[in-house]
Amino acid sequence: MANELSETQKSQIGKQNKKGQTYTDPNHLFFKAPRTAAFYTGSEVIKEAIRRANVDVMVAYPITPQSEAAALIGELYAEGYIGDYLRGESEFAVMGQCAGAAFGGARVFTTTAGPGTMRAMENFPMWVGSRLPIQMIVTCRGINSPLSIQPDTLEMYFLLGTGMLMWHAETAQDFFDWMLMGFIVSEQPDVHLPLALCCDGFFVTHTKDTVMLTPPDMCLPSYDPYRSPVVCMDMESPPVRMMRDPFIMKSNYISYMTHASWQEETRAACERSRKHTIPLIGGLIETENVDAEILIVASGTAVSQGREAIRLMEDEGLRVGLVKIKSLRPFPFEELREATKNAKHIFVPEFNVIGWLATELKAALPDNHRIIAGPHVAGGMTMPAEVIVEEIQKTLGKRVATLAARGS
Amino acid sequence: MLKKRTNIRMSGLGGQGVVTSAHVLAMAANKDGKFSISNPFFGAEKRMAPAESYCRIGPERIYDRGELVFPDIIMVFHPQVITLQKSYTAPFYSGIKKDGLLIINSNSDLLNDEDKEHLKSLNVAVYTFDGTALAMEIAGTELASNMAMIGAVVGISKVVTMEAVDQAIQERFGKKYVASGGTATLDEAIKKKFAKKEQLLQKNMATIKKSYELASAWAESRKLAVAV
Repeated sequence: MANELSETQKSQIGKQNKKGQTYTDPNHLFFKAPRTAAFYTGSEVIKEAIRRANVDVMVAYPITPQSEAAALIGELYAEGYIGDYLRGESEFAVMGQCAGAAFGGARVFTTTAGPGTMRAMENFPMWVGSRLPIQMIVTCRGINSPLSIQPDTLEMYFLLGTGMLMWHAETAQDFFDWMLMGFIVSEQPDVHLPLALCCDGFFVTHTKDTVMLTPPDMCLPSYDPYRSPVVCMDMESPPVRMMRDPFIMKSNYISYMTHASWQEETRAACERSRKHTIPLIGGLIETENVDAEILIVASGTAVSQGREAIRLMEDEGLRVGLVKIKSLRPFPFEELREATKNAKHIFVPEFNVIGWLATELKAALPDNHRIIAGPHVAGGMTMPAEVIVEEIQKTLGKRVATLAARGS
Repeated sequence: MLKKRTNIRMSGLGGQGVVTSAHVLAMAANKDGKFSISNPFFGAEKRMAPAESYCRIGPERIYDRGELVFPDIIMVFHPQVITLQKSYTAPFYSGIKKDGLLIINSNSDLLNDEDKEHLKSLNVAVYTFDGTALAMEIAGTELASNMAMIGAVVGISKVVTMEAVDQAIQERFGKKYVASGGTATLDEAIKKKFAKKEQLLQKNMATIKKSYELASAWAESRKLAVAV
């Protein structure tokens, strides 16, 4: 069954927490509760989601200008909405503190971005192997030198192999909904993995947009640590035992097999998250007009820029379809094969220099000569819709006006 | 018919309220029932460093984000944007659309012959006015220069209604709001300066209104039709 609550959680529904919020059945909260419009920055939206998420511990390394989310959530702690709020002395320390809190049975949340994410990287596969359902917001920014604080999704490429669940939000609305839904998916006993919920920094966190919010007096039921598939904080049992006495160091068949099979199991857990994720976020991908010969396949803000490009091309009589990838881990292999089966040209606009999404798609789709890895921009450059249109026209052999002269 | 999209690029220096201006304008458009998005673009948050902010307003949902490459309107908040090239595009008016509008806060003409020729070839209207002097005169502080800029762009383009601007100002300064660590500190500084929140709201609105009237009269005398 998808997204079931434990008996402990069910018995909580309808009761109130110390802030007077009513513990609400997640499906009711997500799909039936009344919503009101707010005109907020993405950072404010993150705060509003956490207000409703019944979080036990938030650990912050309040770097600015990654986003103001950590500072705003500090205000929530002051108001009494969060159990505990700690500051780490570095991003690496933050992720270690998150692990400690999660080992102890808490619902844990943190935010990170760019160079800080890279610094903390060692912790993420450890979270996965330890089956800690921590939610980490990644508000992407440049990681290369020269520095940039504008969005560049290169850190996501490094996260792809950690074993975490990875979703890529397009808008602040995605963020609000998926943060709340993410806790529910992450905490399922057959998943029980950390979630990296990513967005393209400034384009979401610093942008004011209209977002439909659930009532502030309703919140998620508490995390039930007894649903963990591994024992909490027992030094003699996995996963802590594995860190104390790594099997692999004993170099025998049993230790070797245990380590390898546990890695397989965490990957399998990621795949098992599909059945919980799909009914909540409405599928791992979203499609529009995929019967068109030309498709744009993208994730994050590149989807938004793709939508604008499609409008421009519509004005010129060119029909282009769209695939928005919401979940990168698990990767929607089957969904993408189905959605792209009619396409002759597949364009993959990206906000990073290496084009990692195009690489992923080339490995996943048949006839991968159809995939055009681009356009990309990097280092926090913006990607005007006109750049996408130009790339498509160029590939189709159409004469293109120079970008500056278009003045669309 | 409603124009499809009005793209406004605001170029200024850190501390001038460029980010706030785009937020206020986008909030006003939202209150008018239009679709709008505002987002900033800056490096390290420091005074006098280049800071830009973008406001997009239109009759349909807006997906476009990031730096505005093809603006209809460019607002220059500080002479150094032009004289010291403190903008993210060179020249500062690069990408401006045909029949566009350029608003410059300066007490002197900063454009050279080449600039003027280029802008004329695109039929771009140029409104240069001393918004900082206006802010000093009405609000008693140069910190209200951004309010004068808001008044000017609304006066000429009528992209939002003044009722909506009033509501947006109330919302922006009437309650605690954090755009970033730096902006929060600045807000506190401004609040102390005006002693009372009500006075801050009132003086900001008075500055916007005066600038709106001057700019409206200028646009009328030129028979400008940049209105959305």
